[in-house]
Amino acid sequence: MADGNCLISNEWICGEYVRTRGQELTDATLEHVWITLASVAIGLLVAFPLALLARRWRPVAGPVLGLTTILYTVPSLAMFSLLLPVFGVSAAVVITGLVLYSLTILVRNIMAGLASVPEEAREAARGMGYGPLRLLFGVELPLALPALMAGLRITTVSTVSLTTVGAIIGYGGLGNLIYEGMRSFFKAEVLTASVLCVALAVVADLLLLGLQRLLTPWARKSRKGTT
Amino acid sequence: MDVVAKAWTWLATGSHWAGPDGVWHRLGQHLFLTFVCLAISCAVALPIAVALGHIGKGGALAVNISNAGRAVPTFAVLVLLLLSPLGTHGQWPTIIALVLFAIPPLLTNAYVGVSEADREVVEAARGMGMTGGQLIRRVELPLAFPLIMTGVRTAAVQVVATATLAALPGGGGLGRIITAGFRLTDTPQVVAGAVLVASLALVVEGVFVTLGLVLDPMRRRTGRRSTAARRPPADQAPASPALTT
Repeated sequence: MADGNCLISNEWICGEYVRTRGQELTDATLEHVWITLASVAIGLLVAFPLALLARRWRPVAGPVLGLTTILYTVPSLAMFSLLLPVFGVSAAVVITGLVLYSLTILVRNIMAGLASVPEEAREAARGMGYGPLRLLFGVELPLALPALMAGLRITTVSTVSLTTVGAIIGYGGLGNLIYEGMRSFFKAEVLTASVLCVALAVVADLLLLGLQRLLTPWARKSRKGTT
Repeated sequence: MDVVAKAWTWLATGSHWAGPDGVWHRLGQHLFLTFVCLAISCAVALPIAVALGHIGKGGALAVNISNAGRAVPTFAVLVLLLLSPLGTHGQWPTIIALVLFAIPPLLTNAYVGVSEADREVVEAARGMGMTGGQLIRRVELPLAFPLIMTGVRTAAVQVVATATLAALPGGGGLGRIITAGFRLTDTPQVVAGAVLVASLALVVEGVFVTLGLVLDPMRRRTGRRSTAARRPPADQAPASPALTT
């Protein structure tokens, strides 16, 4: 059968679709990527001070963790709908919702990472004359990186997949194509967008894993040394 | 805020609660779907997880399934199932999608709970001559109970959330109030629906937290204070346990 026919016979896999709608697919993927990147970046920027705050003042820790857990319980469709009157129909609705979700895991993992820093390392740094800022960024943060990166990977992967729900207001990246394909029963569009979305999540996860390896060369060395 | 007041008015209007598109009917559908799918996924996942945890094999499988569950968009699976040949079979696409997404948290938590039950206690029980079945029933299951319940709770919240999304491809449940609001560009109705869905999710979470505390077999045996101290820290983990690798 010629490739052109797969559009008419509405097949799941259709090379002709990918060829003729390449631009549409690229645009959707790019929108997906930038929504994810913005959400995770803002999530990190918010989660880091929150985690520091919760570590500094113990009484803040309970409410912060409780609140982020409650936010995590709210279903994505409801989250975006609740934010709709605040921002109107814009990408800000989706990004804010995704940032709120990301806080749960990021705050928890940053706190766990900072708590796992050995007291001796802190003492040694202080003894060498490190100030609080240099101690945080020069000693504690690098040692907290494995936990932080683990949280970042989980957050990024689930953000990629949750972005699709943004299709409800037209800012869902590849989700828009899934939504459109659902309405017109266009199988190739739905499957191609879904596969691209999973691929995006896997690629993002692998990139972050690579970044973690680059940032924490000592972890690799010590593993080699002990085994 | 004007929208909040209008959403409140929407919720306070009696006619919005009655009839086939009313809140009560949609809530009934939502609860029915949640209950059925949670029951099916527990029946499928828990025996497998307990058996794997008992023999201590398949840990990589449990973790990988949970990672895969995160990477695959729920919305995509719902739509793919709708367009598949199954799509003509009423609610089955929704039920299958809900079960698929409820299984990973159940499997992972129950597996970790059973396989990491206090080894010394398990060894002692084995030394007392307990058979494999007795070991599972009297030792490993009671010790793993808090984590198993965490898995059930996570799965329940996940099912409530996924059932909401099922409204997009035309399934029943409270999500329909939101999608209908979007179609009518009736923002107050969208917000009212979202409030209902969020409340339902929080109530479900609360019910399962309470159930977990009340039903915990170790609590009855040793009193409240000691279980609080011995409860594994993972019990306090968020809905999706943060893995530190």
